[in-house]
Order: sequence, then structure tokens, then C-alpha cells
Amino acid sequence: RDISWEFPGAGFAQCAGRVPEMSVDSKAKEQLEAKLLSHIAAGHDVKNTIAFAAESGVNHPNKAKLLNDVVKSLKASRIVEAKQVNKQTVILSKEGKRWVKEGSPEYQIFMALEEPMDKKSLLNKMKSLGGAANPGMSECMKRRWISLDKETKLIRRLIEPSTVKDEVREQLLKVQKGESLDVKVLKILKKRKMTGTKKETWYEVSKGKEFTVERKALATDLTQELMKGDAWKKVEFKEYLMTTEPKEALVGALHPLMKVRTEFRQILLEMGFSEMPTNNFVESSFWNFDTLFQPQQHPARDAHDTFFLGQPQKCLKLIDEYVERVKTMHEKGGSGSIGYRYDWSLEESKKNILRTHTTAVSSRMLYKLAQEKEFTPRKYFSIDRVFRNESLDATHLAEFHQVEGLVADRGLSLSNLIGTIKTFFTRIGIDDVKFKPAYNPYTEPSMEIFGYSKELKKWIEIGNSGMFRPEMLAPMGLPEDVSVIAWGLSLERPTMIKYGYKNIRDLFGHKVKLDLIYNNPLCRY
Amino acid sequence: MPTIDVLRDRLFEMLEQKFTEEEFENLCFEFGIELDDVTSEKEMKSKAEGEERAEGLSEDVIYKIEIPANRYDLLCIEGLASALRIFLGKDKRTDFKITTPSDDKILKMTVKKETNQIRPFVVCAVLRDIKFDQARYESFIDLQDKLHTNICRQRTLVAIGTHDLDTLQPPFTYEALPPKDIVFKPLNETQAFNAEALFPYYEKKENCKLKPFLKIINKSPVYPVIYDSKRVVCSLPPIINGEHSKIKLTTQNVFIECTATDLTKANIVLNTVIAMFSRYCSKPFSVESIKVSYESKRLEPQIYPQMDPIKFTTDAKYINSRIGIEIKAKDMAKLLTRMSLPAKVIDESKGTLEVLAPPTRSDILHPCDIMEDVAIAYGYNNIAKLVPKTFTVAAQQPINKFTELLRGVLSQAGYMEVLTFALCAKKEIFDYIRTPDDGKTAITLSNPRVEGFNIMRTCLLPGLLKTIAESAGYRKPIRIFEVSDICLLDNTTETGAKQRRHLSALWCDTKSGLENIQSLLRRVMDMNGVSFDSKNSGKGYYLKESSNPAYFQGRRADVYVDGKCIGTLGIVHPEVLDNFNVKSPCSAIELDIEGFC
Repeated sequence: RDISWEFPGAGFAQCAGRVPEMSVDSKAKEQLEAKLLSHIAAGHDVKNTIAFAAESGVNHPNKAKLLNDVVKSLKASRIVEAKQVNKQTVILSKEGKRWVKEGSPEYQIFMALEEPMDKKSLLNKMKSLGGAANPGMSECMKRRWISLDKETKLIRRLIEPSTVKDEVREQLLKVQKGESLDVKVLKILKKRKMTGTKKETWYEVSKGKEFTVERKALATDLTQELMKGDAWKKVEFKEYLMTTEPKEALVGALHPLMKVRTEFRQILLEMGFSEMPTNNFVESSFWNFDTLFQPQQHPARDAHDTFFLGQPQKCLKLIDEYVERVKTMHEKGGSGSIGYRYDWSLEESKKNILRTHTTAVSSRMLYKLAQEKEFTPRKYFSIDRVFRNESLDATHLAEFHQVEGLVADRGLSLSNLIGTIKTFFTRIGIDDVKFKPAYNPYTEPSMEIFGYSKELKKWIEIGNSGMFRPEMLAPMGLPEDVSVIAWGLSLERPTMIKYGYKNIRDLFGHKVKLDLIYNNPLCRY
Repeated sequence: MPTIDVLRDRLFEMLEQKFTEEEFENLCFEFGIELDDVTSEKEMKSKAEGEERAEGLSEDVIYKIEIPANRYDLLCIEGLASALRIFLGKDKRTDFKITTPSDDKILKMTVKKETNQIRPFVVCAVLRDIKFDQARYESFIDLQDKLHTNICRQRTLVAIGTHDLDTLQPPFTYEALPPKDIVFKPLNETQAFNAEALFPYYEKKENCKLKPFLKIINKSPVYPVIYDSKRVVCSLPPIINGEHSKIKLTTQNVFIECTATDLTKANIVLNTVIAMFSRYCSKPFSVESIKVSYESKRLEPQIYPQMDPIKFTTDAKYINSRIGIEIKAKDMAKLLTRMSLPAKVIDESKGTLEVLAPPTRSDILHPCDIMEDVAIAYGYNNIAKLVPKTFTVAAQQPINKFTELLRGVLSQAGYMEVLTFALCAKKEIFDYIRTPDDGKTAITLSNPRVEGFNIMRTCLLPGLLKTIAESAGYRKPIRIFEVSDICLLDNTTETGAKQRRHLSALWCDTKSGLENIQSLLRRVMDMNGVSFDSKNSGKGYYLKESSNPAYFQGRRADVYVDGKCIGTLGIVHPEVLDNFNVKSPCSAIELDIEGFC
């Protein structure tokens, strides 16, 4: 983009506007304008500005273009009338010019074939023709100038050199002179890459309503200078095209995904949810899985799905009594549960990982809540990164953002969870939700949330939810009548739907196009 | 979640009902499974290997159905059909009949003590007078595959062996022997091997599906093996069965053994196989016991299968209050029956329910699982949507509130926000920014699947430089920023890791733009009410020339606030730019902003 930017930020302004210069260009323009106007004043119209510039005697490599600029400006001041003419002309390509000089490839091949020879030797002899050698040879055969003897495999002349006429060269000469040619011929020449096209724009110029040889200086802008006294009343202003698309403003911008994060935070805060501290990408398997009653052989704990750490490989501290209660719950059950009945391993739970969900944070917060003297109800939320050991594709990244909300209170029901989810999704523009039974090791009941997307015009899976299992809450020490309802979703998916992204990699990571960030509209639901 | 393929017409035949695709989809949605795809054998092959290879294959409609990960009873068409029949009210529950012959007639399995070193448990049973056909036989093999991949965790926890009992001579022994002493002809092989030679053979064999399992036992000095009384090898668990006792379409009596490291799961697996295939016995749903004795006395002698239902007692009040509905205990019992959970009201006045969870429902651990099944049968979407009355006052995390405000300041200053990964490659945060790795700074990953993600970033600058490298054609100057977390090792925390919130900004143009980055620093400080410490008073911010190798010599400094170093700035070193393939000069700043909170 060749745009000169003037940046208004205090203290940061780097690039001033372009310094105007009385350059070679301006001088040439002045000369061209004078010649043109005096020519018209003498009663002649100008049929072609390119030709006029060429004969003007002005010395400048781009004089034709400069003259066009002059005409545009004169037209704006109604000094001249000008009609724009666009024309495409056929011209010789680099190769075409060569064949004019040397003769067409087929002609050269024929002339070179003094003695019969095999194809390989002939091609070798004509190496200088490059890519044109093979088509040239076919052309010779087609014209019955030469032929291949099937028995001897030798190529020989069929006619005398004196009778050969280099037709293609003659056609190319005509192109060079600007003479007309048959359309079919032109097509063939173009196909053989001997010709190309050139686009030209020029003007037909005649007197305008306010024709004058000596141009009046027009004001281009309302300046501080012109505001002195009533100077602005005495000048004429140059025409200004008001209806073109304005230039982009040079300003900062926020990232689309972060804009949606801001909006979601706002909505959850408005709903009375407090933010949880989520600054622990590294988490022990204990808090990420075991406290959530996720058995140690669960597939999610596989190296295929979870990032384990080289260092720090193991967590350094756990709360012993709590560990004991979690272990007992896995191995033997309790609080009405029969447990998973396997040998629980402390070593396994000490393994550090990159958290696979922010539910690890919820678990810590609920444990903390359970340690308070008297239970008080809570509503919590968080939005932060989680990590999965995935191969990357259009819908999967190894790290993405999870939105999570939970309510802990006495006597909460599934009906309350459904009501909370419905309220949240209505706020982000999804009015219709329905629920599908699902399985999740730490919630029971578990529900997948489906929402009707107005953008996609179909039902899509938009999140997961459930009531935390008693096997998770009891070891923490939460009273038995306290239920915890929770739901979660990714931040990326609703953002992709809202802004019409097809590929998650266009939204997150260093390959995101800056233009997409710059042009991304406001986020409000 | 596992997915199973079932022939649509066969499923509908078993359900004795036809559905349109939409009707079947809705049934799945209500029941909690998902119709993932509708295809055919021909279409699948065609997609995988091209149309030509698919020529002549069946075009019968196949439903791919996604099953919840804890419902092993739905992993074959037999189980799925019977659960759906019960859900649709077409059938009542299934009762299994276990025949236990007298102690002199019962088949016996003795477990030698050496198995303790490698795979200590075995459970077994016999299906008598079973009748296979092609479809049943394939389903029988498929179910074992599905169980192996799911609950058996790739055969590490449990491995299933099924045999033609009539080719074997009980009693059986379960032993663990040095590999070279185990000689047999493995399933689908033409020659005999000793186990020591067999493993390298499988390693080398092309497309050998057994390769992933070899590592489960190959380091052990002894391998587990099951023999009959004539020393015929039934199986070398968890790898392969013997060819001798291979199941055929004509097999009438099936001997099932499941060896395991997890006894609970071994029982679930054995019971699932019995529950699914005993229906094809001449006396449907009957099974014959086997007695397993442990030489080591690790366990008392056991009779398997152990299919007694597990009794749960719960009450209508608990279930109603947790779901948020108001229905009677007897109606709950009816709903539970539809979920294959036999339930009866044992105290009408208190609404007490007794539920007998059958062996097929090993997912039931707690009355809350029963509550869920009531909710499913009632219909999640028939439950009222009530917002909880919980009153709370909301608060933000101070660091996040500050981040939101700071992002405003930076974008107002004309900078564009970018979002880069916390995962990165080791070379990017060390070599590329000319910083040596002392081994005490960064958090490393042990098993990354994607190359380029093997460490957690310790600063934001590399991510910004990567972004600039990708935006080479963008109009200049390019001004970008990110406010996000970085990770560091810290042995004073619980996990040994900590996170810090950083701000990094970068100016890229045809000139370095260092002054602009300095101005940005001033702006950030002004907005935080921190003034420039021109008099060396120890209050406010100041810059001190640094030797940070990421920046250009003589054009780099550390940023101090109240005497404490909180970050760095400077012209990015040309070698650093080159490492990231950035062609234009850049200036950058990186600050730890937690001190502002």
C-alpha cells in the first residue's frame, strides 16, 4: 500500500506529511499545460494527449502521464472539456521482436536443416531457440516444409529454400507497424507468446466553459491563512470529489477474540459472577483430574491428549489430608458412592501438566470455599487458556480459551442449571437452547448444550454442563446439601460464528492477518 | 468418545420399528447418544482409498453412532438395540442365569504366583451352546476390539481372550514364564514360535496391528500365558491367542478369559461380553461359571462371572430436588425401568426407592447417577428453566481489570493488539533472541505432538516478532502489542511454576522508531501516575543502559520503577530480526506489569 500516513498521536508522531517539492515533474507539467492551452487557444482540438505529449518537445520520460494529470486538473477547473479514451493495442513481445530480427523459429529450423539429420541432433543444433524449438519444428511439419522418415528416423527438407516464405515474420512486422490483422492470426501469435497487449489511456481535449490560457490559482483547502479577514471569500476553490470512499484512519485496534472476551466478562459480571484467578497454566494432575474424580486410567489423562512436563515434572506440594480423602473416594468410595475400586497412585497425581481445562481452577476455588467456617453461596467465572496435545487443523489448536461459570449454593437443581445457561446464552444472542444427555467423569447429570445459531441457521453444540458429582465435593468438605452447577464453552467457537471465521488459525496465533484485526467490528451482543 | 458402526436395517429389525433419519436422530438426542454419520461400506472405502477400490462393496446404510465413554453396554449392536428397546418401552429388563456346576464338575483355573510380577488377575466364564452366524461372529469380534480400545485402555488394564472350549482340555492354568519357554502357534500364523522370537517377528511384520501392545510386557522377564491341562497355549495375554483354540462360525462352546491389572475392570469387561452374547445361547442369557484359585492366596478362590446387581437406595425427595421436578416415587421407578435400571418403591410414605444396577450398568456409582437417569427419561428439555435465587456481589481479578484498562491505553496510542501462543519452540525464546538457556528458567514439555511447541514462553517478544515476520507486506509503521501471561520455573510455588502478566509492544518501520517506544513507555507510566525519576530520587521510573543481547548495543536499556527492574526496551538486535526473518528495523519494549496492581 502506497499511502502516506499522518499519525495524530501525541508524542508518537513520526511521519510528517510529504514535503511538497518543486520537482522536475512540476516543471514539465507547467510546460505541458502552457503548450496545450496555447494549442487549443489557436483553435485546435487535441485528439490524443499521448501523441500531443510526444510531439510537445517537452523533455520528461513520463510526459504522457503528466499531461493526463494536467488535463484532469484543467477539467476540474472547467478550463477544458476532456473525454477519456481507453485502448488496448497489440504489441510485440520480447520473443516477437526477436523473430522479426532473426526470422520465425520454423523458418530458422528449415534453413538450418541443410543435411537430413535425426530429431535429437536437429534440436541440439537449434538450442539457441530455447522453448520455441519444439513448436517451431511441429510448425515446419504442419506446413509440409520438412518430414520425418519413419524408417531412417531422419528429418529432411521437402521443398526448396527459395520457395519458403516466412509468413509469421511478415505478420509480426504488421503488428509492429500497427497495421490490422485477422483475429484468428492474432490469436495464434498470442498463443505462441509472440505478442502481448498494452493498455493506453488518453484524453480528447477541447475548450471548456471557462477556457483561459492563463490559469487562475485555485485554493485546494480552507487554511488558517484564508481565514484571515475574508480572504476565503475572494478565492475560488478547486473541485473536490466528496463521494469517494474515505481513506482508512490510522488508529490502534483490539484483537477480535479479546473483544469477545471483554464482552463475555462484562455479561458474566452483570449476572453477578465473580472472576476466579486463573494464572496457573501449569497444574498438577491431582488438581486437574484427581480432585475432579477423574479416574487415573481415564483416556483424557493419556499422553495423546495432555501435555506432560519435562520440568517441573512433578508438583512440589499437595495438601496431605485432602489427598487422602480423594484417594479413598477413588479407591473405595464414600458419601453413598461405591468409588472406582482401583489402586490410586500418588505418583500419578503428582505429575505436572498444562491444564486441560479451567475446571482445575474451579476445583481449587471450591476446595477453598469448603475450608471457610460457614458456607456462603458463590457464583464464579473464568476465561483463560487451556492446553490440549492436539494436531492442529481448521477447528483445533493446542491452546485455546475456555469460558467457565459455576454456582455453588444449597439446594440447587438441574432446573437452575438449565435456567442459568439459558440466561447466559440469551445474552450472547442464542435464544434457543436444548440439552442432550452426555458423559463427563466429574458431573452428574451431564448435559451437552445445543444452541440455534441464527448466523448458521442450524442447531450446533455450544458447550458442556452439569452438576459436580458428590464424589468431587464431599472430599473437599462441602456440606452435603450444597450443589454446584457449572457450564463451560470455548471462547473461539462463538467468536468464529459471530465474525464468520472458518478457520481457527485465522483467529489465534502469529499468522493472524493484521487487516482482520484492524477491520474487525465492535463486539456487542 | 467411542463410535460404533451398525447396519441401519439390522438395527431397525432388532428394534422391530422403522425410523426416518430425523426420527432416529431425535431418539438418539433424547437417549444421550449421537448419530454421527450416515454412510455405507462402499462410501467409507471410497472416501478412504478412492472410488475404484470401493467397487462392488455393499451400499447398505451404516449408522455411525457416538456412545458415551462410560457405557460399555452400548458398544455393539446387540447392546444398543436392547437398551433402545427398553427405552422405547418394548422390553423389560434382562435377567441373567448363571449355572454353577458342583465343585467336582466346575471348570477350574489356577493362577500361579509368578503372574504377580506382570498381570496378576484373571476372570473367566463359559457360554454353552451358542449359535454364531456371520453377522453375530463379526459383532462378537468387534465388541472385543471396542472394549480393548476403551475400558481396557489398549489392553493395558484388561485383555480378552475367547476360545473354542471343545478344542481344549480343562483345567486351565494362568502362569508367567520366561518368553523363550512359551512355544505355540499364534492366531492366524502358519508356524510355531517361542515368545522371545515372536516379538521381533511382529515388530518387523508389515501392518501388524499388534505392535502397540508389545510394549506392555516386552520389558518383563516373564510373560503371562494361559495353558490347558495338555499344555496347549490358549493365549499370550495381552498380545495374541493361540491358533489351536480359534473361534469358528461352528463353535458351540466359548471359553472367555480376561487377564488384568485392574480386577474391577476385568469383571466389567467379562460381564459385558456375557451380557451381549449370552442371548445367542440355546438357553438365552445363561452362562456357566468357572472357579479361579490363586496359588499365592492373593485372593480367596472365586467363582466367576460375578453378575449380582448392585443395590442402591435413594428417595424421591432427593431426586426431585436435585432435578427441580415434582414426580412420585412410583413414576420414577417407571422412568428408571426405561433406562434399564430395575427400580421399586420400598416405602411409599417416604418415597424410598431401591434400584438394582445390573452388571451392564457399571457406570452407576452413586444415587446421583440414578437421579441423572430419571432426568434423562423425564427429558432434559421438559425441565423448567429456573434462574437460581443465589445472591452474590461480583468482583473482577485486579490483574485482569488492570489488563483491560491497559489494553485501552495501548490501542489509543495507535498500537494493534495481537494474540500469540504461550506454547513455542525452545530456539525461539533462547537462540533466536541471543539469550542462553540456563536450564532454570523455562517450563519444558515432555510429549508435544506438534513440532514447534516444546516449551512455554518466558517473554512475549518472540511472539510479536513472529507476527511481524508474517506481516511483511503490511503498511508501515506496524505497531503491535500483547498483554498476556508468561511462565517461569519457581520452586517456591506448589507446582514449581509461576506465571507473570507481561506487556510487550513493538514498532516496525523503515527506521527503528526507538523514540516512539520510549514515548509509549512514558505514556504507560503517565497513565499509571508514575513520573520520570530525573533526580535519582528512587521514586518514579528511569532507564538504565543495559547489555541485553536481544537488543542492539548502545540502544538498549532496562526499565526501573521505584528502584526495581520491571522490564527492557531497545532497538531489536539485527541478528534477532534475521533469526525471525524480519526485514525491517524494530524497537520493542517488554514490561512485567504485576507491580502496577
